[in-house]
Amino acid sequence: MPNPTEKIWDHERQRRNQKLARAASALGASQRDKVVPADMAVQLLEAVLEPGDRVCLEGNNQKQADFLAQALTRVDPARVNKLHMLQSVLALPEHLDLYELGIAEQLDFSFSGPQAARLARMVGKGQIRIGAIHTYLELFSRYFVDLTPHVALVVAQSADAQGNLYTGPNTEDTPAIIEATAFKNGIVIAQVNELVDKVPRVDIPGDWVNFVIPSPRPHFIEPLFTRDPAQISEIQVLMAMMAIKGIYAEYGVQRLNHGIGFDTAAIELLLPTYAASLGLKGKICSHWALNPHPAMIPAIEAGFVKSIHSFGSELGMENYIAARPDVFFTGADGTMRSNRAFSQAAGHYACDLFIGSTLQIDLAGNSSTATLDRISGFGGAPNMGADAAGRRHASPAWLRAGEQARSQRPGIPRGRKLVVQMVETFREHMQPAFVAELDAWKLAESAGMPLPPVMIYGDDVTHILTEEGIANLLLCANAEEREQAIRGVAGYTEMGLGRDLRIVENLRDRGVIQRAEDLGIDKRDATRDLLAARSIKDLVRASGGLYQPPVRFRNW
Amino acid sequence: MTMENLKYRFDGGKPTPGVAAIVGVLGSGNLEVMVEPAALGGACEIEVSTAARGFGAIWQAVMGDFFARHRAGDIRILVNDAGATPAIVSLRLDQAIETYTAKGQMPKQMPKKEK
Repeated sequence: MPNPTEKIWDHERQRRNQKLARAASALGASQRDKVVPADMAVQLLEAVLEPGDRVCLEGNNQKQADFLAQALTRVDPARVNKLHMLQSVLALPEHLDLYELGIAEQLDFSFSGPQAARLARMVGKGQIRIGAIHTYLELFSRYFVDLTPHVALVVAQSADAQGNLYTGPNTEDTPAIIEATAFKNGIVIAQVNELVDKVPRVDIPGDWVNFVIPSPRPHFIEPLFTRDPAQISEIQVLMAMMAIKGIYAEYGVQRLNHGIGFDTAAIELLLPTYAASLGLKGKICSHWALNPHPAMIPAIEAGFVKSIHSFGSELGMENYIAARPDVFFTGADGTMRSNRAFSQAAGHYACDLFIGSTLQIDLAGNSSTATLDRISGFGGAPNMGADAAGRRHASPAWLRAGEQARSQRPGIPRGRKLVVQMVETFREHMQPAFVAELDAWKLAESAGMPLPPVMIYGDDVTHILTEEGIANLLLCANAEEREQAIRGVAGYTEMGLGRDLRIVENLRDRGVIQRAEDLGIDKRDATRDLLAARSIKDLVRASGGLYQPPVRFRNW
Repeated sequence: MTMENLKYRFDGGKPTPGVAAIVGVLGSGNLEVMVEPAALGGACEIEVSTAARGFGAIWQAVMGDFFARHRAGDIRILVNDAGATPAIVSLRLDQAIETYTAKGQMPKQMPKKEK
């Protein structure tokens, strides 16, 4: 018996043991080793969850613990309630049903793409309390500080009876979640597509996992990073030419991350054609923190790419990746190992350039994807699209960007990450990309947020690239010049039409603004003929048949 | 949805002979541009039919810049727009006038670049 006056140091472990004892009694003989049958999932959750628990429900950018999410919506709200949900991505309707059912109360998350509109409505009605909207690295970091999960509901490809997990190409967030949960007295439950005698490789050791549930169906996974080259426009080709010649070649960018979209897909497809014709092979784009975009296949085949580390995988790319271990990170079994936390850190600290798109940019260069009726969150862009203030190693691109920054604001020598926002001045339906005030301000007010949800802050942005040209914000002497540099590439939007012609021409003379013709690019050369692949079928062909696109991308 | 019709006239261009030409396609986010010769005393007349209403000022600016670039007179341009952005509109106009003045020759092809 412990001395009753002695301080107790294992409250949490005792609580976990009580939960495990309750689970053992609820499951009885239905549990064999760590394996629990799917029809006992709800009983298991009711046994291990207590009101107010912090629960990490694995919703990744791509793979989803969908069976466990459905099971969680079926627990008795009288027993399980006031849960505090932690999720990097809100992707499924069940993720929000939990709040309507009275099971969950508070949410801390990163990205809510498909559920953004419903989330905004529910926040407006007071049905859901948001702690904060994070970037991925920020949320993972809090798992180890003040948001450590009591219970983690994760997803893997396969498991053995001892709980060893194979997460395979789409490992994504799983290691970060389990690391935080298993080593701080939490409980880990994994849904798996199949139970096997021996997993192809051990991605998560079995003694970090408490329960394994073979799911009735394979988990849901979304091919988020596939863009059909057939939909790339001539304007996007033109912008990609300007990015390659005006930025990648100019700074000698060797290590980078691309946001997802047709704009960046166009750059990827111009590497083996246009960039090669400029003699840039080996001089740019060697090392990447990037999901395995199918649009990268022609550049990889042309020998442009030395390495790619990925946040997650991409459906259809598995065999191609497995056949290119010099490029991708693969396990002894041959399949890829992704890891969102490490790849985000790589994108933040070890890349010299981020380029991505956005919905709105204001005249200070702040950008946001938030609109009044959608709380979409951030995902990874802010980690990539921010100067890494903690970086200390030098590279030519980083030093040159730092030199340009110091030409306007003298200080001790240091480098600078290149952060490029690439947008057409108007989006579809004539929505202007340049605005006087971001919708994020109104959203913050209506949803009671402490700050407007800015995706990339203006002082982190170094270049804005539109079909009208490139504005180099590093070379702007003051806020007024910066505003005119942005107006000077804002095309026919109200912000663009409001430019001061004299200042803009002066900025152009100084090379702060560069038009296509200033870069020696003839707009008439910007045709789709420059794309190394003009269809999904071309990508399949370029991969030697190894890329197997999901059915929805097959139109032949 | 009813279409909006917009008309523009720019005087003082240089007479620009050519053969009637049509470029682009009438698909979503795209547009069709037709150019034909017309005895307009050096003027350029442009008629726009667009599904996107309320953007007259932007069309005015796009067309004004187009005329400033080429100063092409004695032509009539008809535009059928299905929600193209100004960038696409400018590109198609440039392609159309180039095809028109090439007098029936094929439009300029991208020079093949070799390694």
